[in-house]
Amino acid sequence: MEPLLRVEDLRVELPTRRGLRPAVDGLSFDVGEGEIVGIAGESGSGKTMTAMTLLGLLPHGARTSGSARFDGRDLLTLGRRQLRDLRGRQIAMVSQDPSTALHPILPVGTQVTEHMRHHLGLSKSAARAEAVDLLATVRIPDPERALGAYPGQFSGGMRQRIAIAVALAARPRLLLADEPTTALDVTVQAGILRLLDRLRRERGLAVLVITHDLGVMSAVADRVAVMYAGRLAESGPRAQVLAAPRHPYTRGLLDALPHPEAADDPARVALRPIPGSPPSLGDVPAGCPFHPRCAFAVPACSTDRPEPLPVAAGHLLACPPDPLPRDDAAPVAEGAPA
Amino acid sequence: MTGATPAAEPTLLELTGVAVEYGRRGARVRAVDGVDLTVAAGEVVGLVGESGCGKSSLGRAAVGLEPLAAGSARFLGEPVTTIGRGARPGRLRRLQMVFQDPYSSLNPRRTVGDLVADGVTLGGGSRAEGRTRAAALLERVGLPASAAGAYPHEFSGGQRQRIAIARTLAADPLCIVADEPISALDASAQATVANLLSGLVRDGGIGLLLVSHDLSVVRQVADRVAVMYLGRVVEVGTTEQVWSRPQHPYTQALVAAIPRPDGGGVLPADLPGDVPDPADPPSGCRFHPRCPIVEDRCRTTDPRPETVAGREVACLVRAAPSARADA
Repeated sequence: MEPLLRVEDLRVELPTRRGLRPAVDGLSFDVGEGEIVGIAGESGSGKTMTAMTLLGLLPHGARTSGSARFDGRDLLTLGRRQLRDLRGRQIAMVSQDPSTALHPILPVGTQVTEHMRHHLGLSKSAARAEAVDLLATVRIPDPERALGAYPGQFSGGMRQRIAIAVALAARPRLLLADEPTTALDVTVQAGILRLLDRLRRERGLAVLVITHDLGVMSAVADRVAVMYAGRLAESGPRAQVLAAPRHPYTRGLLDALPHPEAADDPARVALRPIPGSPPSLGDVPAGCPFHPRCAFAVPACSTDRPEPLPVAAGHLLACPPDPLPRDDAAPVAEGAPA
Repeated sequence: MTGATPAAEPTLLELTGVAVEYGRRGARVRAVDGVDLTVAAGEVVGLVGESGCGKSSLGRAAVGLEPLAAGSARFLGEPVTTIGRGARPGRLRRLQMVFQDPYSSLNPRRTVGDLVADGVTLGGGSRAEGRTRAAALLERVGLPASAAGAYPHEFSGGQRQRIAIARTLAADPLCIVADEPISALDASAQATVANLLSGLVRDGGIGLLLVSHDLSVVRQVADRVAVMYLGRVVEVGTTEQVWSRPQHPYTQALVAAIPRPDGGGVLPADLPGDVPDPADPPSGCRFHPRCPIVEDRCRTTDPRPETVAGREVACLVRAAPSARADA
């Protein structure tokens, strides 16, 4: 059976002053029911544009090809009406900034219940009861009172939890979470990651998490796709991609992070940034887009476009030289269940 | 509460009993409530805590951008006066600040060279000196000297933050307070700027107070770490002590909440509850409503910093475990 969401060879071109330029270029991934899939990459890698494409919220003049089948229907060819019925009802989104996702002068209760009443046809009192349940699920203290309060009366972490409650109000099957915890403190982030994990286990919610934070990815995602300049660099099971990366870009992202576990090492190692910066839209280098920043580049990398090819079960790599040493000690199976 | 200050280096910045208050609907809210902290030459002190804990207010008060409601801030033994309408006193010129957002801290209508040269001319240098030093400073932060002729919008966030640091260096600082200098940047740019800051401290003998909510970054560059919760410092020690063997239950919760990018699929530990309203802080220990090891005395007695396992910790239970406490 096909997974809930199957994206195949997605290409999204955006209008620029110099004509259409690809923001997403040949991306494929699946998200099954109860599964959390992560898309990682720096800003400008096309990860947010991928979410916008699935919601049919691309800027005017954008062009798409490939397919994105949700429950068997291609989101790229659905009419505006059909998309509108899916959005909020079946596919919901949480974005980075909770203060823009919530209406500042509508009470929280109205914002949570309007989806229930519109999409599920619940009565006012039934919607209210369900809203109280939902706010309790996302751990808003005193949910009854919270219904009558305004977003500005809550802290950033609480507002993000309210935004998640609004997104979940119509019992969607797929949640697109774009940097859902980037603006939050680590303790609040921990609460939200645990919430996402619980929702997928208890409700079978499918989640696409878009983040540059590989720690977040490692905590919740079953499978990870790493994007660079709109293309897939590497994708596969979390443990393989993060503990034994095969693409030099994935390796570079991991090396640029501080390593909390190295705390006992008295000689602190300097962080190793990736030299250079990601290309801008329309300025993507020929061949492998990462080759100007890659320490392992060979001449073919500047001319031949690398296609993602399987290197292990479920593990795709778009790097034909495949230069990184295999770490046989690294776990290849799923980590221990949390 | 100074933690293990290396005695050899002179203290540059000394905060004693610092309190910062803001007015809110007629009431006074104490964002910072009695903090002691020092920064020595050649030392990076990390100041961490969640949003609303008062770390930014403390950083701003340390350079004179916020008035003190109590306590004192001294730079090289002289009081840090609050900035007013007049010029900042010349003796404070070598105490400088780097701000979080390099998009708003650089004037978009002036060239990068002019922005950096300001630091030189305001210190009494000529415009020609300013131009020469600007080129050298831009190279020191890893940008080409030719960047001087360009405008801020022509640079990425990480490059802009390096420009802001070059401008700070133009004042020939002895001590820098940096408020979330890398939070607005991409991971790779974060690494570049973090390395630049720690290099300046190691090579130039500058003292750095690094304010950040990101413990991983602080862990990488700081020599000592101070952890703040609701206006108070709850633990100060060497980075290794605070990171590897945190003592205060709040520090322990913070460290446990950081997800490790190791592919292990381990959910970070949760700290239930939210930071209380600083206008109405809890009685006794301010962390007690969220504390996993709370005891009755914590609800009434305000803990003072005491030495626990070689660092300063403000926790009654850690300082004197009760008889029935678990091992």
